[in-house]
Amino acid sequence: MTEVIETAGLGKRYRDVWALSDCTLSVPAGHVVGLVGPNGAGKTTLLSLASGLLAPSTGTISVLGGPPPTGPAQLARVGFLAQDAPVYAGLSIAEHLKLGARLNPRWDAGLARARISRLDVDPRRKAGKLSGGQRAQVALTLAIAKRPELLILDEPVASLDPLARRQFLQDLMEAASEQELSVVLSSHLIGDMERVCDYLIVLVASRVRAAGPVDDLLATHHLLTGPRQDPPRLPAGVRVISASHTDRQSTLLVHATEPVLNPAWTVSGVGLEDMALAYMRQDAPLSRDHHHLGVCK
Amino acid sequence: MIEFHLDGRSGVAPYMQLIHQVRHALRLDLLRQGDQLPKVKDVAAGLAINPNTVLKAYRELEYEGLVAARPGIGTFVTGTLDGGSLAAHRPLRAELARWLAKARRAGLDDESIEAIFASTFRSAREEDIA
Repeated sequence: MTEVIETAGLGKRYRDVWALSDCTLSVPAGHVVGLVGPNGAGKTTLLSLASGLLAPSTGTISVLGGPPPTGPAQLARVGFLAQDAPVYAGLSIAEHLKLGARLNPRWDAGLARARISRLDVDPRRKAGKLSGGQRAQVALTLAIAKRPELLILDEPVASLDPLARRQFLQDLMEAASEQELSVVLSSHLIGDMERVCDYLIVLVASRVRAAGPVDDLLATHHLLTGPRQDPPRLPAGVRVISASHTDRQSTLLVHATEPVLNPAWTVSGVGLEDMALAYMRQDAPLSRDHHHLGVCK
Repeated sequence: MIEFHLDGRSGVAPYMQLIHQVRHALRLDLLRQGDQLPKVKDVAAGLAINPNTVLKAYRELEYEGLVAARPGIGTFVTGTLDGGSLAAHRPLRAELARWLAKARRAGLDDESIEAIFASTFRSAREEDIA
């Protein structure tokens, strides 16, 4: 299977601010990929590059084995849902579906109708009059019914209330299991990601800090607690992601491919959220040579 | 048919939670041979979880010989976990109930009872391993 997104040395600069730098990634097909990171980390920039809305300043990116979508053939294979689920406020739901059918060669009218009828709103209703949750569902319907191979969603649930958010993710997971569909979605809500994603990319201060299948990430990150050791003495191959010390105790979140056997440390597992947060808390020592003003819109 | 649920705070991986729930239902006779497990799509949509998580749980159960997938139809229960032990449940339960009553009379509250059970269970298991 081809990679859905592959980048090498990818960077995007706005004037003298790097919104994304030195991004090398290889995302296999068939996953629901979570892109997490603090606001301004470069998530929107990366997704916009992948969906062909932006051109890179340096490096290369390929999507589904080809260039990012610009021509009609590639555009039909990639669905993109921008932040805040944009819809045409003056058009009705039915008109949105008609538009979708005209613009998309692989449009699945039956699927679109079935999804809208589940929403329990009059299709003649103008999109501008819908609730945030309903608008997100209409936008998701348009993106799913075009039957893309890759669906890219930028912060799809950030502005939704918990009920609408759950509903949205339920429908997204249903689509992911019904169709041959790879999904990449960004969010700063890691709790949601933990349920729906089986592949995670942690982006901090315009750089990729960690990326891989969720199971692998969980298997290689551990929490060590033990008597105070500052700096900690650890075998080669064990990398400290975050450390905190009291006068007696040290607590370390580490990345280790081999088991940590030193009996001085009590080793326990780490949840995805704690792992991602540890990367986000790092002082980005790698990237001091760049300016990070967090501009990535 | 059983219905899955997820405890987001338990710290147990979602696919393990699904496996535990199937095993639990088998032990309690809520699932029997020939029963169908919920469809992957329905579990993914119902719980808003990744379909690969459900597939992974079902594959693991298949590997344990508890279920079998019939392509295009679904996943069905083929094994049992009672091992003839359902008959033994009743006297064990009665014995435990007597012990619980004794613990109450000795003034133990819920938490103390759970703690004493968990620590005894753990040390008994460690002795088994050693």
